[in-house]
Amino acid sequence: MPGLGTLYGLGGATTHLMDLQHADLIVIQGSNFAENHPVGFRFALMAKERGATIVHVDPRFTRTSALADLYIPIRSGTDIAFTGGLINYVLSNDAWFKEYVLAYTSAALLVDPEFRDTEELDGMFSGYDPVSHTYDPKTWSYEVDESSPPAGGEGGASVHEGGKRPKSDPTLQHPRCVINVLKRHYARYTPEAVERITGAPQESFLKLARLLIANSGRDRTAVYAYAMGWAQHTVGVQNIRAAATLQALLGNTGRPGGGIMALRGHASIQGSTDIATLYDSFPGYLKVPTVEKNETTFAAWTKNHTMRSGRWAEYPAFAVSLLKAWYGEHARADNDWNFARLPLNTGDHSDLPMFFAMKDGEVEGLVLYGQNPAVGGQNAALQRGAMERLKWLVVRDIFETESASFWKREDSNPEDIGTEIFFLPVSGVAEKAGTFTNTMRLLQFHEKAVEPPGEARSDLGFTYELGKRLRALYADSTNPLDRPLLDLTWDYESDDPHERERGEADVEKVMREINGFRVEGGEHVRDSHDLRDDGSTACGAWIYCGMFPEPGRNLTRRRTADPAQPAAPGWGWSWPDNVRTLYNRASADPDGNPWSERKRLIWWDDASGAWQGNDVPNFPLHTAPSYRAPADARGDAAIDGDAPFVMLEYGRSEIFGVNGTADGPMPTHYEPRESPVGNALYPNVQYNPVLKEWRRRDNPYHAIGDPKYPYVVTTYRLTEHHASGVMSRQLPWLAELQPAAFCELSPELAVEKEIRNGDWVTIETARGEIEARALVTGRMQPFRLGAGRFVHQIGIPYHFGYKGEVRGDSANDLPPLVADPNVTIHEGKAFTGNIRRGRRSPFSSRTLELEVVPQTEQTPFGSPERPGPMPGPGAEGGMVEHEIVPPAEVMEAARIVHARAEARAAEEEEGTDEHA
Amino acid sequence: MPEESRQLDLSTLLGRVGNAIRERVGALPNVLSARSKRLRPRIAGATATPGVCPYCAVGCGTTVYSKGNQILGIEGNPASPINGGTLCPKGAATFQLHVNPNRWTTVKYRAPFAKAWSDVPYAWAMERIAQRIKDTRDRTFREHDEHGNRVNRTTAIASLGGATLDNEENYLIGKLFRNIGTPFIENQARI
Repeated sequence: MPGLGTLYGLGGATTHLMDLQHADLIVIQGSNFAENHPVGFRFALMAKERGATIVHVDPRFTRTSALADLYIPIRSGTDIAFTGGLINYVLSNDAWFKEYVLAYTSAALLVDPEFRDTEELDGMFSGYDPVSHTYDPKTWSYEVDESSPPAGGEGGASVHEGGKRPKSDPTLQHPRCVINVLKRHYARYTPEAVERITGAPQESFLKLARLLIANSGRDRTAVYAYAMGWAQHTVGVQNIRAAATLQALLGNTGRPGGGIMALRGHASIQGSTDIATLYDSFPGYLKVPTVEKNETTFAAWTKNHTMRSGRWAEYPAFAVSLLKAWYGEHARADNDWNFARLPLNTGDHSDLPMFFAMKDGEVEGLVLYGQNPAVGGQNAALQRGAMERLKWLVVRDIFETESASFWKREDSNPEDIGTEIFFLPVSGVAEKAGTFTNTMRLLQFHEKAVEPPGEARSDLGFTYELGKRLRALYADSTNPLDRPLLDLTWDYESDDPHERERGEADVEKVMREINGFRVEGGEHVRDSHDLRDDGSTACGAWIYCGMFPEPGRNLTRRRTADPAQPAAPGWGWSWPDNVRTLYNRASADPDGNPWSERKRLIWWDDASGAWQGNDVPNFPLHTAPSYRAPADARGDAAIDGDAPFVMLEYGRSEIFGVNGTADGPMPTHYEPRESPVGNALYPNVQYNPVLKEWRRRDNPYHAIGDPKYPYVVTTYRLTEHHASGVMSRQLPWLAELQPAAFCELSPELAVEKEIRNGDWVTIETARGEIEARALVTGRMQPFRLGAGRFVHQIGIPYHFGYKGEVRGDSANDLPPLVADPNVTIHEGKAFTGNIRRGRRSPFSSRTLELEVVPQTEQTPFGSPERPGPMPGPGAEGGMVEHEIVPPAEVMEAARIVHARAEARAAEEEEGTDEHA
Repeated sequence: MPEESRQLDLSTLLGRVGNAIRERVGALPNVLSARSKRLRPRIAGATATPGVCPYCAVGCGTTVYSKGNQILGIEGNPASPINGGTLCPKGAATFQLHVNPNRWTTVKYRAPFAKAWSDVPYAWAMERIAQRIKDTRDRTFREHDEHGNRVNRTTAIASLGGATLDNEENYLIGKLFRNIGTPFIENQARI
């Protein structure tokens, strides 16, 4: 979760849902909050009842828009242009929160003199390697103050060389001050440019800019809420960083009614990232060792991630405690904590490359835990095809999923498919006990109410039993490579004979291991400060330390809610340390007093010599505001008394990204990988130059402005269905509420394509085609990009598949596999396609898979030799004035666009002939 | 003033007032039939178990009502500071996620090239899965990659899923599969 992590330090929502009611302004962007998190949205409405303003920025007018005070349409994939415009407005109008920014952000630090911005390099940052398509982030750092004494300790992950402090200019006069670098970087993002790129009407944009300024500062706060609409882009991480930057400049983070509310999409998305079932992350955000960083020994591994200050100074303690939790007595100081037998990563092993490896026959066996890639995966036909190549597949789910029955789909022949498949039924949430971590980092325990039916088991019981059986199969092995399995601590036997007989594990024994305990004596640890790097403690996930501080006191089972305390500190337990608002030291001014009475949260109390207030301080409790860390200090002692972002090197929000984003230290607008238009901001760099792509015949990309695929397509969720539909399409109650696959399009596009409301339509891309019913609605509208250019957008819910009470084609057959370079999240929210009236052919996906799809040479760059991006809209004329566009005018504009597209296609054909 | 009205006793007066209110406002309880009086809520005497909604990440508190081993209903928990008893359409359907004839409750097996599922015993399937993992792992495990780097792994086995599971389940999946030696451990939570 590096979108928030790189700027603030932790990859979690900075605030909690109940705190939304304290906001004065709520900006919802990249989320359909009201429909996809309906119950959480009630806190936004509470704020509105108290006089707050709600603004919704989204490609579609939804129920969220209907309940907002201001709705701003925006073309999918242009959020950074929009947020960058707001940053520019705030900076150029000198409307940033000076005291907050100076004290709590990196604004005054000096950037490395070698650093070059996109403004100097025509859309690129310094450090680009055109061969590997990656950046070397060496220059994305601070200028070191050679005269400063070297900071102490062995902090290997120190972001500046030699452990010396960066230079700073508190007067902000130096041109290389971060704030001045930001000003230059965003100068291009004028309100006119924002309108031309995003299609958002300029006056609406300006209205939001003014609202943000009016609702930030000592007395007022604004909060941002986002969801997958920001995440699922090739610039997903930077979308979130842009908002985090803006919130830091406005001084909203760490304060009541402020910050960034990340709205996750599944019950335990946050939990499965915290205790990661992700290829690159161990529990508690420890990094999986890699070959690239030469992390072949425990020391080499931990040195790379240990920081001088804050909690990450204790990385070795967290790491030793994890290995002690895994291997018990087999992890010792004299065997390097059994580190040498761990698997090492080489590159990207996320689910996107995983499916390509599967298609190519490298992956033989797959265990699916409640995931349904046959519908939920991008380029889903490819994912179904990949599963055909498996030798064996285990599916654990509550119903028969499309992924379990891919061999029975309409365009396949079971007799050709040699996959051995096991379907194991699972317990529902009420049939097992355990914890979910919700969208605001809150762990809540659900109790077991009844026995699961038949052979259904919890995933805990399954995994426990599988481990036992594997260990039995290997019990006689003398091969040292099998040691990790045999060295595992693997005793979670239930004390309940009935559960034991069914093979179920004791969930609280697992929780005890996650929470951590002392190896001698076995007492539970109380918080992460108890962990040691000498092997005396074991702990499965240091950020969850304290959730279960002693036997019989499982804090995730607490259910006391006091109406006087909206944060409900007695309900469940949130990481870290039951803090509800992260970085809440920033709710007080540098001297430790609340910025205002209205927005008080925690403050320094001289009499008791401690921080106190209405939340657990996310700060060393007894560090006074006046404390200045000595140069040789480490850990908590190295945090200044006025440095709220305790997980970062200097405790200041890094609004210039020195902490390891792969695609630049500041968010920059690039078009999606597939777009009907050129990049109007930097015409020579079309899309994120370091995005991850897989150019293969079975994963073709559309060319920029390809006239065959002239429309933007986006996918989304409905209130009544869940993700790939397994948990909803099989439920008659929900199936009845949303009974059919449909797509939404504007009346203007419908007229152009002669589509009537309710017609069958086919939506096509080079990856596949699907059919759906047309919902022609004014909620969708063409985006006017200036100079008579219009872009149409089509929206498709992605919940449907070929099993269940209600069935339909899967929208995820349409997008390509292409990903953000930081976290390999796919781009499901913005790609291109076409639409036509009528149903698809019955075997379209199979035909398409076999067809050779030509891949024109595509690079992110335009150059005279290559047909690069189309000229930026507006290049040939001034801005178009804004009013309600009458359909006739829209039609005329569409005709112009098409005439141009045809002319372009003719030109391209000529070019192709020459090559032939 | 007529004599009669001064002789009104209290109960008659209250009765008239009551009638007036009942006619005009409807604020008093309606007359109940004998049958209605016998009716009890479906969840009367049921066990109430605190739960959490399994759909989106808001984390609404639920109450699971059950008798014996039968779930009778799943409702929003009014005590929860998050949802205060409310649920959205999906959350309100959690009952049907559990009590649903479409649910598969036996272990199904599809042999290679077979055209249909067949039921198999749980223990047989578990042992077979363990053997398949071992077989694949033993054939494909590499201590070093083609460049001679130590990698200790097999890229022939993958685990996918976790964002709908409990933290404890994710913990065990990670612990087991990392030590089987696969780098392909993934779920829906990529950002």
